[in-house]
Amino acid sequence: MKASSRQQALAASLMQRAGLWRQADARARQLARGRSDDAAAAAALADDYRLLAHDLARVRTLMPDSRTREFLEAAYARTHATLHHGAWRAGSALLTLLRVQLPRAVRELAPYIAWSTLIFVLAVAAGYALVQRYPELIALFASPDLIATVERGQLWTDGLLNIVPSSVLSVQILANNIVVSLFAYCAGFLFGLGTLYILGLNGMMLGAVFAFVGQHGLRGPLFNFIVAHGCVELSVMCLSGAAGAAVGEALVRPGEGGRIASFRDAALHSGPLLLACALLLVGAGLIEGFVSPNPSFPLWSRVTIGVGYWLLMVGLLSGRLFGTGRGET
Amino acid sequence: MNDIVPELSVDSVTGIDVSLAVAGAGARSFAFIIDWFVRLVLALAWYALGAFVYNRGLSIAAPLTNDAAWFGAVVTPALAIYFLYHYAVELAMRGRTPGKRTAGIRIVARDGSAPGAGALLVRNVFRLIDTLPVLYCLGLVAVIATREHLRVGDMAAGTLLVYERDAAHLPPAAEAPRLDARASELVAELLERWPTLAPDARLQLGQQLLARYGGGAAAADESALRGALTMLLHGTAGAPP
Repeated sequence: MKASSRQQALAASLMQRAGLWRQADARARQLARGRSDDAAAAAALADDYRLLAHDLARVRTLMPDSRTREFLEAAYARTHATLHHGAWRAGSALLTLLRVQLPRAVRELAPYIAWSTLIFVLAVAAGYALVQRYPELIALFASPDLIATVERGQLWTDGLLNIVPSSVLSVQILANNIVVSLFAYCAGFLFGLGTLYILGLNGMMLGAVFAFVGQHGLRGPLFNFIVAHGCVELSVMCLSGAAGAAVGEALVRPGEGGRIASFRDAALHSGPLLLACALLLVGAGLIEGFVSPNPSFPLWSRVTIGVGYWLLMVGLLSGRLFGTGRGET
Repeated sequence: MNDIVPELSVDSVTGIDVSLAVAGAGARSFAFIIDWFVRLVLALAWYALGAFVYNRGLSIAAPLTNDAAWFGAVVTPALAIYFLYHYAVELAMRGRTPGKRTAGIRIVARDGSAPGAGALLVRNVFRLIDTLPVLYCLGLVAVIATREHLRVGDMAAGTLLVYERDAAHLPPAAEAPRLDARASELVAELLERWPTLAPDARLQLGQQLLARYGGGAAAADESALRGALTMLLHGTAGAPP
């Protein structure tokens, strides 16, 4: 028999299995949507997978440019994904993220977190020392309005709630903080220099402003304002800076897989941490809008809120908040 | 499938790779424009409806003072719809959006699965880089320059846009042939040797095969017999699907 006759015959006989392919595809779709927990259907999926693989291999040779191949490629890819990754369940995915992926990301980024925190603290100290020694340099870090207000012996946060309602203030603050945090992360793409710049600038601004208000006897009121939301807000700045630094280092010193693969690994590993940062900043924004500018909250309650929220953050990042042991990965 | 279209090939234990065709700049841009319109319309619709309710009339004017109800119920949700559209919809639709659906593409991870929440977040956060300096210039250059048509967000998140093959369908069941492999081989060989066989011989062989596998079909002359055998082999009178 000639080769072409054999091929035609094989193609024709393959088409007899169309019904089985349709069944396999339907089963994969059903299981992928999580609409079936039938063990028999799940077991049948493994058989479907082998059947589709076998027939697809033949169709790729016999009918390379056919609708049959299109269908089989799609059905095979769907069955592969369903078999290897299961159905998408938002609840369990979120729980896995919080219990497993987030603590793992934090552990992997621990050296970066330490370094970015150190850089931030040094920048705060540098800003403080600079303005303490040369008070006129505050103009580099603060707006003329802010400087004038402090020179009048007031904080710019005094009477803030008379101008802007807490809810509006919260949303403005949390949106701004999230954008800064995300920028600190993304700026790692510039070989880490962007992240370093954002960390350094924010740290120096904080130190400079503290030194400046200290010169006008307002250090206590500023601490009073910052303590409730600042513990988490500043920590998150260091966390997103750490994620950005990891991305930057992956580009500067790529591993064996190459620059893009290293960049991908670094960025992906920090994804869960970024999500946690955004969520934490929502809470910090609410505190900054409702608690920090409200003079009816005494210092002890502010410290309690600040430290309590910071401990909550630590629980979230370590996974303990959602029941992950240290050894669980 | 097509040498010009790059493919994502995923290893499988069966030894047969899963093959997914990667979408290019055109399909991506088309999807983005559709999604941009969708999120703009949704955000504006929310804003307008919220303003009508807030103003108790057909007015979209903002209040002169910072009002919490206006900000919380009208402005913030509208901005959230606009800025969180991609992440929220991609998460809910497992790497798809209305625009991507229209363009026939979807986001996949490098193993062919739907990307997770972390990957989608990273992919969308890196839009900040892709939009630089304006109008997604950097992203577009990256998509055109890379073999797998990746923008920076895709490189970071380990994702690709591939063509959706949900629309792929088999030929109608009625067209499927009814022969097993052995019979198909016999019919195919007879048809192939048809011109070289003596007319009597091919007529006799053809009628025998038609009688055995044709389910009682009959042919009045040689031409009809050849057509009936072709139909028997392919399910149609033409080439295989």
